Amino acid sequence: MPSKTVNREERAPLVIVGMALAAVLFLNLPVFIIFVYAFTTDSQTFTFPLPGLTTQWFGIAAGRNDLWEALGLSIRVALLATVLAMLLGTLAAAAVSRSKFFGREAVSFLLVLPLALPGIVTGIALRQTMGVLDIPFSFFTIVVGHATFCMVIVYNNVLARFRRMSWSIMEASADLGANSWQTFRYVLLPSMSTALLAGGMLAFALSFDEVIVTTFTAGQDSTLPIWIFSQLTRPRDRPVTNVVALFVVLIMAIPILLSYRISQRDGETQLNR
Amino acid sequence: MSKSSTPAIQFKDVSRHFGDVRAVDHVDLQIADGEFFTMLGPSGSGKTTCLRMIAGFDQPTSGQIFLHGTDVSYLPPYEREVNTVFQDYALFPHMTVLDNVAYGLMVRNVPKDKRKAEAEKMLELVRLPGLGKRKPSQLSGGQRQRVALARALILKPRVLLLDEPLGALDLKLRQEMQLELKALQEQVGITFVYVTHDQEEALTMSDSLAVFNQGRIEQVGAPAEIYESPASEFVAGFVGVSNLIRGPLAKQITGSTATFSIRPEKIHILKAGEKPPSEAYSAGGLISDVIYLGMYTRYEVDLGGGNILTVAQQNLTTTKGKPLAAKGQQVQLFWEKDHAKQIGAK
Repeated sequence: MPSKTVNREERAPLVIVGMALAAVLFLNLPVFIIFVYAFTTDSQTFTFPLPGLTTQWFGIAAGRNDLWEALGLSIRVALLATVLAMLLGTLAAAAVSRSKFFGREAVSFLLVLPLALPGIVTGIALRQTMGVLDIPFSFFTIVVGHATFCMVIVYNNVLARFRRMSWSIMEASADLGANSWQTFRYVLLPSMSTALLAGGMLAFALSFDEVIVTTFTAGQDSTLPIWIFSQLTRPRDRPVTNVVALFVVLIMAIPILLSYRISQRDGETQLNR
Repeated sequence: MSKSSTPAIQFKDVSRHFGDVRAVDHVDLQIADGEFFTMLGPSGSGKTTCLRMIAGFDQPTSGQIFLHGTDVSYLPPYEREVNTVFQDYALFPHMTVLDNVAYGLMVRNVPKDKRKAEAEKMLELVRLPGLGKRKPSQLSGGQRQRVALARALILKPRVLLLDEPLGALDLKLRQEMQLELKALQEQVGITFVYVTHDQEEALTMSDSLAVFNQGRIEQVGAPAEIYESPASEFVAGFVGVSNLIRGPLAKQITGSTATFSIRPEKIHILKAGEKPPSEAYSAGGLISDVIYLGMYTRYEVDLGGGNILTVAQQNLTTTKGKPLAAKGQQVQLFWEKDHAKQIGAK
C-alpha cells in the first residue's frame, strides 16, 4: 500500500529512517537466514560463509513421506478449525452485538479470554478435560483445540464490523420485501464478508503454525510445526527443515497479505490478536 | 390511484410499552388516503415508535393497526404495502445506486432488464438521472436522500413512511427538499406519513399533523388549526412561540381565569400617545429584551406577575438599530379579542 504521507512537506529525518530499517532487519533477518541455509551443502551445522550451494535438500524434502503427512494434517486441521471458527465466531458476535441478555458482558469477556490465556494453560485444560471425559486423541481433538483461539479471531473481526454497521439496512431490506434469507444473502453477508474473510484467513494462519496447544491435544499425530520441532533434535538433514520453513513462509504469506489488503481497504478490521 | 374513504392508516387504542416506559400510550389516529400527514413531537414522544409500528419493525403491546382497512398489527415488514425512508437513509453500501433502487424488484424476482429500466425511471423521478453506477458513498447527503426516496417508491407503495429524512441536511437544502417532497407527494398521489421534531417543517409540508407528547397525541389538525388554536399548553409551546396569559392577569385583561394563548405576531405595540381600539384587549408592560432578527424584531415584554409576552414586529421600514433603544421602556400592548385563544376551548 502506498502511503499518503510520504510526500508531505519534509522527509523523515535520517535517524528515524535508520531506526525503521533496523527494526525491519531485526524482525526479518532470521527468516532470511533460514532461506539462505536451505541451500547450504553442510548437512549438520550452520557455518558461515556457506561451504557451498545446492538444491538437493528440496528433492530430499519432497521424498519424505512423514513431512507430507504432517503438511496434509496441518492443512486439514486449519481448514476445519477455520470453518468452525467462522460459524461460531459470527454467531457469537451477532448475539453479543445484536441482543441484550443477562450476563452479556461476562460472555463477551469469556469469549476473548482464550486469546489472553497462555497457550500452555489452554493446552493443559483441554488435555485434562479430554482425559476426564475419556475422549481419545485424534484429528478432531486437534481441531477443537485450534478452534478455541481461531474463533476469537473471527469473533473480534466480525464484532468490530457489526458494531460499525448501520443496522437499519437490515430493516430497509425487510421493508423492501426481502424475507430473512434474502436479507441475509443480499445484505448481511456482503456487508460482513470482508471482516469474515480477514478473520478466517488469520485464523487459518494461526492454526497452521500452532505448536503449544497442539502438543497437548494431538496424541501421536504430528502437524507440520510439530514435525519441524521434532526435526531440531535430529542433527541429520538439517537443511530439510529450512526448506520446509521456506515453503511455509511462502504459503502463509498469501492469506496474511490478502487479509492485510482487505483490512486496509476497510480501514477497520483488526489484524492484531 | 383512486382515493378511498377507508383511512389509509388507523390506530385503534394502540400502546407500546418498553418495560415501564410507555413509548406509545393509548393512541387513536386516522390518516386519510392520499394525505401528507406529519407526526410532530419532541424526541421520545412516541412518534417514531408509531411510524415503526406502521412499517412493522415494532409491534403494539396492545391495540390494533389497520392499513386500508386490514389489520396488520402483527404482520412482518415484508408483508406490508408500505415502504420507508430512513433517517440515516440505510442505503446498501456495497451496491450501486441503481441496484439499491432496484432492490425491491430484485427480491421479487423481476427480470433484470425490467427492473433496471424501472430503477432508471425512478432515478429520473427524483432528479438523479445517470447516477446509477455510483456507490452511495460517492453521493452527497441530499443525493443519498433522493436515492432512498427512489428505492422506497419503486414498489409503488400506497403509503410512504419518512422518518426525519431531512434531519442530516443543512438548512438551505432542507428547505428545498421540503418543497420538493411536498411536490413529489402530490405527483405520485400516495399517503405520506412524515415524522419530524421540526415544527416549521411540519407546518410547511403537511395537510394535517398530529402533535405527540409523552406517548400521547395532544392534537390533530391542519397546520393553521394547530398554530392558531392550540388545544393544550404543550401544543402552544411546541408549535410556535409559547405566549401564555394566565391567572390574575388573564382575569384582569379578559375577565376569565382560563389560560389564553396569543401568537407574537398578533400583538401590536402602541406608539406614544395612541389609544388601543375599543374592541381589543390591552395590557401594559416593560420591554425586558429586544432581539433584532432581520425580517422582524422580537420584544420580550414583562407584564408582571410572571407573565412575559413575546411580541414580533415586522421590520417594515429600515430600522438600523432603532428598535434596540426600546429596551427598558414602558409600553402599551393590544391585540384583537379573536386572537387570544383559550387553551383547550373548541
